[in-house]
Amino acid sequence: MPSLGADMEVGTVLQWLVKPGDAVKRGDIVAVVDTEKATIEVEIFQTGVIQKIVVPEGEKVPIGTLLAVLTTDGEAAAAAPEAKPKPVAPPAPPRPVPPPVMAKPAPPRPAPAPVAAKPPAPPKTAAPHRMHISPLAMRIALDLKVDLSTVTGTGPDGAITKADVERAAKAPPAPAPAPPVAARAAAPAAAAAKPATAPVDRTATMRKVIAAAMARSKREIPHYYLGNQIDMSKAMSWLTAENLKRPVTERLLYSVMLLKAVALAIHEVPEVNGFWKDGAFVRSEAVHVGVAISIRQGGLIAPAIHDVNQKSLSEIMVNLRDLVKRVRAGTLRSSEIADATITVTSLGEQGVESVFGVIYPPQVALVGFGKIVERPWASGGMVGARPVVMASLSGDHRASDGHRGGLFLAAIERLLQEPEKL
Amino acid sequence: MSDEEIRSLYLRELHKIAPEVDPKEIDPAVDLREQIDLDSMDILNLAVAIHEATGVDIPEADYPQMTSLNGCVAYLHARTS
Repeated sequence: MPSLGADMEVGTVLQWLVKPGDAVKRGDIVAVVDTEKATIEVEIFQTGVIQKIVVPEGEKVPIGTLLAVLTTDGEAAAAAPEAKPKPVAPPAPPRPVPPPVMAKPAPPRPAPAPVAAKPPAPPKTAAPHRMHISPLAMRIALDLKVDLSTVTGTGPDGAITKADVERAAKAPPAPAPAPPVAARAAAPAAAAAKPATAPVDRTATMRKVIAAAMARSKREIPHYYLGNQIDMSKAMSWLTAENLKRPVTERLLYSVMLLKAVALAIHEVPEVNGFWKDGAFVRSEAVHVGVAISIRQGGLIAPAIHDVNQKSLSEIMVNLRDLVKRVRAGTLRSSEIADATITVTSLGEQGVESVFGVIYPPQVALVGFGKIVERPWASGGMVGARPVVMASLSGDHRASDGHRGGLFLAAIERLLQEPEKL
Repeated sequence: MSDEEIRSLYLRELHKIAPEVDPKEIDPAVDLREQIDLDSMDILNLAVAIHEATGVDIPEADYPQMTSLNGCVAYLHARTS
């Protein structure tokens, strides 16, 4: 169970996307894990063959727990911890376990062909066999202990929605479930009849996790705060002209300019980018910008866009669009949660003009942006109306000081005056 | 496209962007930014998805018309009929 941030202690395996015998390569998504803050797709960082699934779906385990055994290329299967030597791993469950609540790998549709016993297949590239259900609905099903194989999807293309799950949870338990299809016969019968229990309050759980991380931050990090008003007229004019040239699929939001400016400013003041670990600042060469994204049901999460300093605005936009979509859909990847080296938060759409945020430990800085508002702005002895944004820095005084922080904000401002160079 | 097809498309794409929202609870006349807290990125994603499905180019200045179901139906109706 990978650690996906300082505020995570346990995770629940929601779904395995691979089975023993599947070949996987670096970067493949092998499992979906539920943390107290979000549903995360777990990537694999080695190429090899899945030897054994150790933690079954539905089980909550502490971070660091062995989830599965992977045999890397050229490695003997017997060398894997706890893995019994097997000539070719048959796709059998590793041990009797309580039935997972979402064991059925397909939406309820007329079965076109009988399920036959499959011969052991040669290792092949992992092909995710997802249910047609949103991760959010899946997570709620787990909370409410709803057997998804009994739920009929009413969403687009028969997808199981949150409402479907909640409806199923409220429905009285079926007196005698119909005999399951052959594929389910192997599963213990108790699975389907599991009664719904008190739902987990997701928002409260997330608030608890955020509270722990933020309390730790305020307890351990001596914050200092700086603010700088930035004239955005050049940046906004450039953006408007640029978007007129672009098709709808490639248009930019102004927030990507802010992200790029922050990432480039780090080159000038690198002590805001990295971590405070074991009593010392550890500078990060990579610039992975965590983007604070609100979750509509409550709470927020700050996954990373990697190497923002090396990407074009278009690339950052593609990454940001994808990230927001997946945060809201609940399909983040583990590396996106754990890798941020600095966080940027923007509350402009909520009408906020100034943001003085709390640093996400072990990071050492957070940059805030408020709403772009028209303000009287004096320049060259003339006063005119300009779009202005307040940029703020919450800095860790152990890693940097106000002088360097001020230079950092000044660099952001300067970079935004030449948007075409971003 | 018929109005019904546009509605269906809109709700399908909205479901991808906001899977936690029950389409049956959407008030077609109300701005989704107020109704379900969509933000500029969500609206952009909606505009992109509708563009990809219909081929209609939606200028940035017209995004506000995409923020309610009725507004989108009227907008696309005028451009696809």
